Amino acid sequence: MLDIVVSIALIAVVLSMIGIVYRVIKGPSTADRVIALDSLGISLISVIGLVSILLRTSVFLEVILLLGILAFIGTVAFSKFIEKGEIIQRDRHK
Amino acid sequence: MSLLHLAIVLPFLAAVFIPFLFKGLRTIHTGWFVLLVPLALFIYFIQYLPLTGGGQTVTKTFQWIPSLGIDFTAHVDGLGLLFALLITGIGTLVVLYSIYYLAKEKEALHNFYVYLLMFMGAMLGVVLSDNLIVLYMFWEFTSISSFLLIGYWYDRERSRYGAQKSMLITVFGGLSMLGGIVLLYLMGGTFSIQELAGMSGTLITDPLFVPALLLILLGAFTKSAQFPFHIWLPDAMEAPTPVSAYLHSATMVKAGIYLVARMSPVFAESGLWLWLVAGFGIFTLFWGSFNAVKKTDLKAILAFSTISQLGLIMSLLGVGAAALHYDYLDENIYMIATIAAVFHLINHATFKGALFMMVGIVDHETGTRDIRKLGGLVTLMPITFTIAIIGSFSMAGIPPFNGFLSKEMFLAAMISIIEVDVFNLNTWGYLFPVLAWVGSVFTFVYSIMLVYKTFLGKAQFEKLPKKPHEAPIGMLISPLILIALVIVFGFFPNLLSNSMIKPAVEAILPALGDAGQEVYVNIYFWHGFTPELFMTLGVVLIGIVLYSTLPKWQGIYNRIPERLTLNGFYDKGLAGSETGGYRLTNGVMSGFMRTYLVYIFSFFVAILLATLFIRGAFLFDTADLAQIEPYEVVLAIVLAASAITILFAKTRLMSFISLGAVGYSIALFFVFFGAPDLALTQLVIETVSVALFLLCFYHLPEISRKEERMGFRFGNALLAVLVGLTVTLLAFSSFSYRSFESISQYHIENVYDLAAGGNMVNVILVDFRGFDTLFEIAVLGVAALGIYAMIRFRAVRSENE
Repeated sequence: MLDIVVSIALIAVVLSMIGIVYRVIKGPSTADRVIALDSLGISLISVIGLVSILLRTSVFLEVILLLGILAFIGTVAFSKFIEKGEIIQRDRHK
Repeated sequence: MSLLHLAIVLPFLAAVFIPFLFKGLRTIHTGWFVLLVPLALFIYFIQYLPLTGGGQTVTKTFQWIPSLGIDFTAHVDGLGLLFALLITGIGTLVVLYSIYYLAKEKEALHNFYVYLLMFMGAMLGVVLSDNLIVLYMFWEFTSISSFLLIGYWYDRERSRYGAQKSMLITVFGGLSMLGGIVLLYLMGGTFSIQELAGMSGTLITDPLFVPALLLILLGAFTKSAQFPFHIWLPDAMEAPTPVSAYLHSATMVKAGIYLVARMSPVFAESGLWLWLVAGFGIFTLFWGSFNAVKKTDLKAILAFSTISQLGLIMSLLGVGAAALHYDYLDENIYMIATIAAVFHLINHATFKGALFMMVGIVDHETGTRDIRKLGGLVTLMPITFTIAIIGSFSMAGIPPFNGFLSKEMFLAAMISIIEVDVFNLNTWGYLFPVLAWVGSVFTFVYSIMLVYKTFLGKAQFEKLPKKPHEAPIGMLISPLILIALVIVFGFFPNLLSNSMIKPAVEAILPALGDAGQEVYVNIYFWHGFTPELFMTLGVVLIGIVLYSTLPKWQGIYNRIPERLTLNGFYDKGLAGSETGGYRLTNGVMSGFMRTYLVYIFSFFVAILLATLFIRGAFLFDTADLAQIEPYEVVLAIVLAASAITILFAKTRLMSFISLGAVGYSIALFFVFFGAPDLALTQLVIETVSVALFLLCFYHLPEISRKEERMGFRFGNALLAVLVGLTVTLLAFSSFSYRSFESISQYHIENVYDLAAGGNMVNVILVDFRGFDTLFEIAVLGVAALGIYAMIRFRAVRSENE
């Protein structure tokens, strides 16, 4: 029973991911894409969580945590890149 | 190492001391020290004469590379000794002559004598080695030292051209010969000539026999300036005259003759050998003498005359091979050909050496070698004139000099070839006496030209750069000795017959000696009214007519355009190969990375696909496949869509993001396939890589930042599809061919028992196979240092600028 529910949830998440990927490809602005990527990362987290239930394993919980951090860092980096044109500023005292 | 080996390498040892003597003892001409070497060797080799005259041989072995069958085996028999005596004897005279020819103040004598001694040692090694590899080594030594000697005046352009030409042609032949030697070794299993000669009967049926024969002959023909490889010899005349006299008339060019004579016991049973050696020889005789007439430079005339005479000896050696097909020796007229070859070899060395020295004297005392400027020197240079007239008449084959005797024997041998009833000789053999006779006529013409145009005729001293006078006595000694030998051998030829010619002929045709029959050598002046006598008379008569009408028919030489001559072909060929090679590399090496990638991938596809299908290795086995889950399909579609987006993205930024999507999809695959460690690492690394790509994107120069879609090329697309197809097919095939159980069961069982770990991936990385991890750490370290260095040093450089 649980497997069926999880499968349905997985299909739903994947469908939403396809929608997000369409946004990544289509754009039109870079900010759209970055937002889409961020949500792609979060969707990925849920996919991994669901798959972990399907596979009856707890070894992928670290992957979930890592993805959470990376999605955040990635989005921040992209945002900074869009705003200032670079990610790590040189000589910030100047 | 025996005394004999020491004698062979003595010139090399002596060459080491020459520069010290030259620098240390400036007041004495270095040549005087050098003179002792060939003189001592000549006296040493003379002592072998009674031994070889009695039919004995001496073999001494010095082990060099015994595991490969390469030993420095010195073998002295009649043939080797004859050459050794020529080399050392004429070497002595040439060194003596060069002492007076080369001034000690102006010339780089240390170079000259080092090269000359090197050459002498190499030549001794060639003629006295029984091991073919050692012979080849010395053979190449002669090529190199000859190259150095021709280019002795290296500041002259013609010298360098001549040196390069002779080097290219003789080394080409030398390498062919090496191929022939290797083939002989494959057939016979030995490098020893004597042993190979012993098994000639079985060798002739071997399929490698003909290639070996051709390659060995190619080596001999290039070295001995046979048609069409004779073109290097006239250009080698840029060398100092002593070198021309020594190398390019008496010794080096006879190395090919020696090789043919030496290998006769191995090859001479074959009809191909007879036809090639005799055919090329006789044509070279004709061609050389025909071309000698048109030359105006004395040394060029002598060069072509050398070519022609070498052809004569070569053809005699070829015809001499016919003797092997007749068992009875009493009436074996073909044997006379071999005897004549050896006899003419000696004669040619004497008169040609003398003539070259004579030309050197004329050049030295008048300042020119051009026969159009010379004339009327007879009263000023009587001794030189005597040398010239005796040498030339001997060369032309006029009695009573030794050239007459060998020319008569030559004509006799050429007539006799008609009667040979093997190898179609009785039909095509008529060419031999005809060409021989025509060649002899031209020989007569240029011999007369040599004497008349230089010493007789109208004196025109105003054209000469120097005031002519007789040469110093020291310069005349050597040619006078040689001319004396011409006369002595002419009147008493039987001095040579038993001591030198007979053992040499026995060495060339050992099969006849083995039959228990004696080689009978008796050379005599008068043998009745034979056809060859009438031929000689004809040569003289027609020759005189041709010479007196020379201006009328000389025009035919200008009929042949320059580009159709062999030299033209050589020059064209050389330039063509250069430009061709240049064009080829220019065409192939475009300098664009994408071109090279196309090559690499094309070969990858061609080789792998061809192998896969030629060997029938493609296999698709579905027995072992796992169930395909729906989420794997979805993920695969996402992965493919991202990958295709990379290709069709409008902007680079889009490509980077798609690339990141590919990476994340792969991480998700790792999750599905149960690889948590890989998924973790893949996510982090992918994030870092995308960040790095963005960094690169940001630093792109303005101009190329212009956002544009990647261009489409059909070839590239096709290649990419093919590469993908190849890899896919290979993957299918290798999956289907799984023939052994995986070793992973061992790790599963022992991960806790042996390594005390629960995470098997990590245990493998740091315990079972920790060695790889160490070096991947090293790779990361190197990469980090490299990046640091690249950034750092670029900064330093821009500061310095």
